[in-house]
Amino acid sequence: MTEEWVIDRRLLEHLAQVSRLKLTDDELDKFTEQLQVILQAFREIEEIDTEGVEPSFHPIDVRNVLREDAVKAWKWDPLENSRHVEGRYLKGPRIT
Amino acid sequence: MTDPFLRAKELDEKYRFLNAVAQDTTSTGAGRLQGYSVSVKDCICTKGIETKAGSRILEGYVPPFDATVVSRCRSEGAVILGKTTQDEFGFGTFNVNTPYNVPLNPHDLERTCGGSSGGAACLTAVADFPHLALAESTGGSISCPASFCGVVGVTPTYGRVSRWGLIDYANSLDKIGCMAKTVGEVALLLSVIGGPDEYDSTVLDVPEEDFADLEISVEGVKMGVPEEYFAEGVDDGVKDSIWVALKVLEGEGADLSEVSLPHTGVALSAYYIIAMAEASTNLAKLCGLRYGLQPEEGGNFDEYFSRVRAEGFSEEAKRRIILGTFTRMAGYRDAYYLKALKVRTRVIEDFKRAFEEVDVLAAPTMPVVAPRFNEIAEMEPIQQYMMDVLTVAPNLAGVPMISIPCGEVDGMPAGLHIMADHLEETKMLGVARAWEVLR
Repeated sequence: MTEEWVIDRRLLEHLAQVSRLKLTDDELDKFTEQLQVILQAFREIEEIDTEGVEPSFHPIDVRNVLREDAVKAWKWDPLENSRHVEGRYLKGPRIT
Repeated sequence: MTDPFLRAKELDEKYRFLNAVAQDTTSTGAGRLQGYSVSVKDCICTKGIETKAGSRILEGYVPPFDATVVSRCRSEGAVILGKTTQDEFGFGTFNVNTPYNVPLNPHDLERTCGGSSGGAACLTAVADFPHLALAESTGGSISCPASFCGVVGVTPTYGRVSRWGLIDYANSLDKIGCMAKTVGEVALLLSVIGGPDEYDSTVLDVPEEDFADLEISVEGVKMGVPEEYFAEGVDDGVKDSIWVALKVLEGEGADLSEVSLPHTGVALSAYYIIAMAEASTNLAKLCGLRYGLQPEEGGNFDEYFSRVRAEGFSEEAKRRIILGTFTRMAGYRDAYYLKALKVRTRVIEDFKRAFEEVDVLAAPTMPVVAPRFNEIAEMEPIQQYMMDVLTVAPNLAGVPMISIPCGEVDGMPAGLHIMADHLEETKMLGVARAWEVLR
């Protein structure tokens, strides 16, 4: 097996960190095992010959729908669901 | 006349299909959906009604706007009933991956309704008042529960229906569709919700179509039967039910032939890699700041976001975020994500080749009838993913499909899946309607 298809606990901890997920020790143990099985199964895609084949980012030819770049009134208050509001701003957590 | 709100709440006590009920019960009056109550899957935004996509991280979110599909229903005279339960963000095949209501199958309360639109299918099956359901499919989330609950479910061509106001699972796969008791009713709802929308930049530039006036003859219709969809692993009883239907349709003049979709098996892995990669980017925006779950602040941004996300996402969501992040990471991206997208091209080619020969494809919707909850509890995640083997390929290819009840196995409904080429919903609905009349 090539190394590419392995998620060990160290890599899992890194993935959790970049995904902003605080995993418990139990979750880390469980996922290390489960993800290994899942990746092994996914490995079958290696067997398909895709030489010269273009990737399909969409299933059908999708084109951007564009409109005039003009200012329009917003119909609702984008802050109304937040409890982290100060004045007309969102207040985020501290940086450090 | 039955009050649909009271009746739905009454039925919900037994079957557990709702996540929220609407407070505003007024109809705008005349229109094609006048007299109908429309239930909305929890991942589709509804103005003034809590919308959480089955996830704790969105608990308490009340959208200040309606998704395009919802506003189109309202403007055609429908009343919005409430929100139907689902697997968190659509992550599941049995509607058990949610901290909220797990719907019970009306045919046997110890079995699943299927997922992820399980609540929609459950309510559609038990509603004894005029009702239509707005559902959503990424990899089979309309067809699967429609099959398990014995109702009709249509997944339109990718891009036919606006996704504006849908809480994304995977952008290149998500389709809003419909469920109802009859083919005529799903056709009616599809006619209302389809067509261009200035708010969805990926919606197809095709004119609105009216599917309500359906041709019900199958005389001369070329129906392809893909051999891979009757392979090992598909329950014999389910196969037999489908063959009974196919023989009846053949007797009415349908022209049956065997076709091959050789990338059916591998489509499963490609699907999960693509869906998880897209999901992991979509869910990055959920951080407990603007809406939904917002605990007390504490720690720096890194600690706060990680804590909210760990608390708000359930186990399956975490698994998919981790895997999706892995498959698109520098160094792994080519081997997983890009490779899967190339396999997807192969899957699309399979369908395009088949549709050069036939008008529609016919197969079992699911390889089994609805499993029992105790059987599901024993399944590892990979075994659960494998249940989607017959629905992910058409979803990856973005072709339209409909599941329609087709006999019973052990007292549980089986589903006949009719698939058509992109934007050929009319052909597919016509065959489904013919079977509905004949069965």
